[in-house]
Amino acid sequence: MALLQISEPGLSPAPHQHKLAVGIDLGTTNSLVATVRSGMSTVLHDEHGHALLPSVVRYLQDSIIVGHEAQAAQSLDPVNTIVSVKRFMGRALHDITDRAHIPYHFVENDSSQGILEIKTRAGLKSPVEISAEILKTLKARAEKALGGELTGAVITVPAYFDDAQRQATKDAARLAGLHVLRLLNEPTAAAVAYGLDNAAEGVYVIYDLGGGTFDISILRLSKGVFEVLATNGDSALGGDDFDHRIFCWVLDQVRSKTKDFKPLSEEDTRLLLTKARQAKEWLTDNHEANIVCKLSNGALVDETLSVAQFVTLTEHLVIKTLSPTRKAMRDAGLSIDEIKGVVLVGGATRMPHIRHAVQAFFEQEPLTNLDPDKVVALGAAIQANVLAGNRSGDELLLLDITPLSLGLETMGGLVEKVIPRNSTLPIARAQDFTTYKDGQTAMAIHVVQGERELVSDCRSLARFELRGIPPMAAGAARIRVTFQVDADGLLSVSAREQTNGVEANITVKPSYGLNEDQITSMLKDSFGAAESDKAARMLREAVVDAQRLIEAIQAALAEDGDTLLNADERQQIQTHIDALLALCQGTDSHAVKQASDALNHATEDFAAKRMDASVQKALAGKNLDSLEL
Amino acid sequence: MQNYFALFQLPQQFELDITVLDAQYRKLQAEVHPDKFVNASPAERMQSMQMATQVNEAYQVLKQPTSRARYLLQLQGIATDEENNTAMPGDFLMAQMEWREAMDDARAGKDIPALDALLKEMRTQAKALQQQVANEIMAAPTQAALTVRKLRFIDKVSEDVNQLIAQLED
Repeated sequence: MALLQISEPGLSPAPHQHKLAVGIDLGTTNSLVATVRSGMSTVLHDEHGHALLPSVVRYLQDSIIVGHEAQAAQSLDPVNTIVSVKRFMGRALHDITDRAHIPYHFVENDSSQGILEIKTRAGLKSPVEISAEILKTLKARAEKALGGELTGAVITVPAYFDDAQRQATKDAARLAGLHVLRLLNEPTAAAVAYGLDNAAEGVYVIYDLGGGTFDISILRLSKGVFEVLATNGDSALGGDDFDHRIFCWVLDQVRSKTKDFKPLSEEDTRLLLTKARQAKEWLTDNHEANIVCKLSNGALVDETLSVAQFVTLTEHLVIKTLSPTRKAMRDAGLSIDEIKGVVLVGGATRMPHIRHAVQAFFEQEPLTNLDPDKVVALGAAIQANVLAGNRSGDELLLLDITPLSLGLETMGGLVEKVIPRNSTLPIARAQDFTTYKDGQTAMAIHVVQGERELVSDCRSLARFELRGIPPMAAGAARIRVTFQVDADGLLSVSAREQTNGVEANITVKPSYGLNEDQITSMLKDSFGAAESDKAARMLREAVVDAQRLIEAIQAALAEDGDTLLNADERQQIQTHIDALLALCQGTDSHAVKQASDALNHATEDFAAKRMDASVQKALAGKNLDSLEL
Repeated sequence: MQNYFALFQLPQQFELDITVLDAQYRKLQAEVHPDKFVNASPAERMQSMQMATQVNEAYQVLKQPTSRARYLLQLQGIATDEENNTAMPGDFLMAQMEWREAMDDARAGKDIPALDALLKEMRTQAKALQQQVANEIMAAPTQAALTVRKLRFIDKVSEDVNQLIAQLED
């Protein structure tokens, strides 16, 4: 029989409160927000009843428009109306190979090593800022629908996103004022929604073709544990590419019929791309599509595209998805007959020839009983609900993996892999290095991500210099570089000289993305101009963080304080809590932060003891289970 | 650093029931994974990340036969020294060379089925060596160290074959 819990007088546990947590699918073409209400994961609609928010941001002189209205204006105002911004996240200008067909004015940001920005009438905008506008709109939608401030959000990213793209996504969320509970891989989110809905057990494949990204993930589902076995993909392949094929075909047709055909204006490019997308969608249920429009130079476009032509035009794109699929199957060490089901995710999987290709490859009909546009957001909402603490004693556990190998540059521009792809997260690996010359006191470390042997073929994530190595003979120093990838798939790197324990201080400078200073200054800008506003906002954030910390520690004390701490230890922690509580009444945000750090530090031993107890508890449960048999 | 076998409450030996290892692994992660500590203090989140990292590492080491054997020897104070000690008996080296040649032929002929057959052959060989190492680990650890080096050789060639298959499929 369960023991009744009675709390200490005056320290009543917080009443059970449903925390407002959402899952956000930040998509290339469309974005969605979902939440769990009365135990059901539901997509939240805007005031017009739309579930999908087109991922389109239009910059006007003094305001910003996001969604349908912005989408409607894209042909009128292509330069200031940004679509598919996800393709540019964490990317440098030279990464965008098809920019001749994109009507934006790209600029290379000189302060951030090649990170791209887009010139709009409202000034230079980075992909992170543009994405933050989409997130802000979804946040506002959710807070209106749920009637309160959000405690946190799970934001999905393509499984094949690299570190720079993940970091950019997290930065965008921070900029939008969202507390990120977790970055979750899109196919894993889809598996959660599908698996829980269907009580699925066994090995499932998630084939996720979105607007701009392709992911394939293979998962083993067993009693609420979602274990990702292998993942692969192409972070620059999606439905957009099918539109683009149609666009090029139309252009070829028009060119061949028109004498001295002039290059398209930005408006016409956008118009034709929109017509191409509409034709693609039409061909899902029809045999042919008419593409009719008038270009700004007066030329009339009137073409008919048949399904057969469309299939021929895009066959190579379909085949391009099968190569990562084969690789993932090999990495998982599985054969086709071991696959229990194949789930289709992403609007682009509505195309019949995609479905046929998947069916032919896996020799079974793919599963489509959840809306491929919504399944990712629905799964993210379920995970957000769990992470926020609304479901206790549940069995949901997601074990995700790194999509790409992480390595270091060595002599001759070669890559030494430190963490192989498909490693379960979190993971840490250390690699020892030594000096090349006598008396060498510094070392340049270059972190890359990718599967190829040459550094130049991989993505550069960070470069840093390790200084302060004591002068020694060549080869005598032992420098241990440690990679840690956390549950969000984000990397941190530290380095230490081993022989005499000197820890050289290093900071990892992101090659792409924003550094902490840039984020802080952007956040400050968004607070408003008045100095007092900024101070008030800083204080409020510090106090919210402090309260979150106190709440967490009090919960831990209520659980294990009596068994794991003696009276002295407990009193020490309580003293820190009281000091912090007092400071939260004041106006000094810096003091609040310092006292928060001190409180956290004072609980480190307690945290270690609790972790040991958790480990013991986990396996003690084994006996109970075997009794139940 | 805790003994990996003790961490999973498994007997310290080469023979291992993978289904029990899997079950213990999931139970541990269900308690210590960072997802269970999203709202906890930074100190607890740090503990969780470190413990979950260690559980993942231990699971990988115990799951793979080569690393499991290497780890068991390490616990006995015997280094397998795969990086530096590459001395191998002549017949094993001959087999190696044949595999490498078969790989080159398959590369030239873009023959993926031949590579699959090669992988299968190496798996059979590895199975036999794993049987051998199970007997040697306690009785003849120095001998076992050589067997682990052989297994590592085979693992390395297998990795290269898999990489070649991936290249040919592109």
